Amino acid sequence: MFGLLREIRDLRRRGVLGMNRRNIAYISRYNERRLFPLVDNKLTTKQLAIDAGVSVPELIGVIENQHDASSADELLRERASFCLKPSKGSGGKGILVIRRGDDGKYLRSNGLAMSSADLRRHISNILAGLFSLGGAPDQVLIEALLECDPALAKYSHEGVPDLRLILFRGVPVMAMIRLACAASNGKANLHQGAVGVGIAIRDGVAVHAVQNDVRVTHHPDTGLDLGELFIPQWQEMLELGCNCADMTGLGYLGVDLVLDKNLGPALLELNARPGLSIQIANGAGLLPRLRSVEAIRNPARMSVAERVAFAQAQF
Amino acid sequence: MQTSRTPFYALILLLLVVGLGMTWLRHKSHDVPWLPGEKRQVWSIEAKVDFVARGEPVKVSLAIPDTQTRFERIAEYSASPGYGLEFVEQNGERRAEWSIRNATGLQTLYYRLDMLVDDSLKVSDTAPPLEVASALYDDTPHATSALHMLSSALERSADNFTLARELIREFNVQSQSASFLAQRQPRSRWMKQLLHYAQVPAREVKVLTLEDGRRRQSLQTYLQVFQEGQYQLFDPKSGRSGLSSNQLLWEYRSGSLLDLVGGSRSDVSFSIIDQEVPVSQGLDKSEQQFSFLDFSIHSLPVEEQALFKGILLVPVGVLVVVFMRVLIGLRTSGTFMPVLIAIAFIQTSLVTGLSGFILIVGVGLVIRSYLSHLNLLLVARISAVIISVIAMVSLFAVIAYELGLSEGLKLTLFPMVILSWTIERMSILWEEEGSREVFVQGGGSLLVALVAYLIMTNEVVRHLTFNFMGLQFVFMALVLMLGSYTGYRLLELRRFSVLGKGDSDKGEH
Repeated sequence: MFGLLREIRDLRRRGVLGMNRRNIAYISRYNERRLFPLVDNKLTTKQLAIDAGVSVPELIGVIENQHDASSADELLRERASFCLKPSKGSGGKGILVIRRGDDGKYLRSNGLAMSSADLRRHISNILAGLFSLGGAPDQVLIEALLECDPALAKYSHEGVPDLRLILFRGVPVMAMIRLACAASNGKANLHQGAVGVGIAIRDGVAVHAVQNDVRVTHHPDTGLDLGELFIPQWQEMLELGCNCADMTGLGYLGVDLVLDKNLGPALLELNARPGLSIQIANGAGLLPRLRSVEAIRNPARMSVAERVAFAQAQF
Repeated sequence: MQTSRTPFYALILLLLVVGLGMTWLRHKSHDVPWLPGEKRQVWSIEAKVDFVARGEPVKVSLAIPDTQTRFERIAEYSASPGYGLEFVEQNGERRAEWSIRNATGLQTLYYRLDMLVDDSLKVSDTAPPLEVASALYDDTPHATSALHMLSSALERSADNFTLARELIREFNVQSQSASFLAQRQPRSRWMKQLLHYAQVPAREVKVLTLEDGRRRQSLQTYLQVFQEGQYQLFDPKSGRSGLSSNQLLWEYRSGSLLDLVGGSRSDVSFSIIDQEVPVSQGLDKSEQQFSFLDFSIHSLPVEEQALFKGILLVPVGVLVVVFMRVLIGLRTSGTFMPVLIAIAFIQTSLVTGLSGFILIVGVGLVIRSYLSHLNLLLVARISAVIISVIAMVSLFAVIAYELGLSEGLKLTLFPMVILSWTIERMSILWEEEGSREVFVQGGGSLLVALVAYLIMTNEVVRHLTFNFMGLQFVFMALVLMLGSYTGYRLLELRRFSVLGKGDSDKGEH
């Protein structure tokens, strides 16, 4: 009993944000219900981003009904690599990353071959709503694959590492980069065993890293020292995050970004209910940072540059 | 903190005050005890007579029980708008007689009886006169076969009771003869006649099994055998003897259960409820005994009360779910699915329910994994799962019945559509996140359902929720309070524990 109380006190002192408080004090207070569809539908998000001048992966095509599933082959004939996504998916469900092998076969990111029939089945499943929230009928987005900046690509075993930013009232408050590894089967979700590296908002340099909630110092597959990891073009990444917050109007937002070799920082997806493991990756609680942003009188009137400067000075 | 929380806390406070106030008032002014132990057990039994009247004078006569061993009749009521009612006694048998000059269409008559349980109460009963059943003296094959059974039973018996027991065993062993005899008249009738032929006083009685919260219960026919001023009851099917503590003799004077003139398609069904009445109340047989009903569920007919006894428990189950999710942080598949499973467990009994649930979901997942290869549209896939689940439940019920396990039949009480959605959701979970997540969420659901079941079947909880309506306001207040709880969940403490410990002296002040 006393151990439990001590545990609660410790977490309180570190300012760790819990699920209940996140839901009541942040999501339901700062995120308007009507804005959720903007981020829950990736097609809408993409349109929004294009309108706002935020760079996003190129949209190759959209498949909207079962009848068009067979036309996917034609659409993809010219492409060496691409990515299939359910428009209303969440948590990375149903995302398929494909490269074309030397013999013209489709290869998944984990190296497994995939026939045209397999591809059609996956498309059909997405359309039927297998991956969407609540099982509603869905659309398939086909996007060009981003090519990760080599400075970051070397840290990832498979797949593109993505940067998660938490923005509160338009101010970046915490960041982490998720590195896929062999143990996570090329997936970048922390609960599936990916490595999470906390990134300092100040300078984009790694501060802390965990795998399966245990602190690590080196990448388990590549053996690289994670302490040396830093994010190139950090300033632009932060500004991009701020722009995303502004274009959606959501007060508490998770932004997933990728650093593309050619495009520079690009938006991958947005999340109106970002998870809390970012705290574990950073080895720090979110609450003190959220409170210091809450103390600002009117952050909406601050420019992007001012908000980034505030965040870099504070966190 | 833009909006003031004061009205919210005021609402919670109001709910608590009103709820606890009502509860206390009910305890004080109506003398309802806090604990189920402090009461006299009173069974309220409601007989519902349905029939279709033909538009002519109607006369309905229903056999009704009187004070008997272990049960004291303390009150009776009837609801029958427009009908004249009289309680008559003929040949020692009590009957309720309704009459009306003209009635058309579906008619429903209620008769309600309150029986106080008194273990020390003994009512002696006289043996019925021996009747000569002419059928046994005929030279028909039926008579020959029946008398043959009697003589085998006579050889192996010592007295009246053992003769009855052996006779039932004879009927069970010689199943061919028994079914041959059953063409003519029911088994219990044959046994009664054979016993009389052997100079043993016996009669057929109609017995009602008392079970709290039962609706549409029916009567069972038993055999009552006398020996030197004492009697025993025999189940003509199983041969089990003796009256168990929750069996009430409804009709025991060899009369008919229901006589109806001027109508057709009659049906009698019984609803039963266990009333918790304080000692002082139970013994007080005067007319004010149901003043304590007042504004409460207790003024409803017994059938509805039995229904409400279950419904009023749902908030308790819901509270368990809220508690488990908000304070503990357990993940379940489907928010209130555990409550529905718990309710199903109450109907099926725990072991049957638990094994049935695991069996159905397990096999369902296998079927679902096959369906996923067929590339079906979602709605069609769920529909296929629903049909498979129903097929499975029917199959298990038939197998269980053939094996002699009547428990298996109760599986049909599971909410099929919800089970199917559970299977679908778990199957997707399996494909996406692997089997571990399925066991985490499935186990979480079962754990919550189990806790909800244990609390909902608790005697004290059942007593309190049924007798104190005010508690519902308290539940509401608790749910609102839990809904605004912003602290850590218990399982989060473990998840974030790496954050709490360690280099804390370097951190923020």
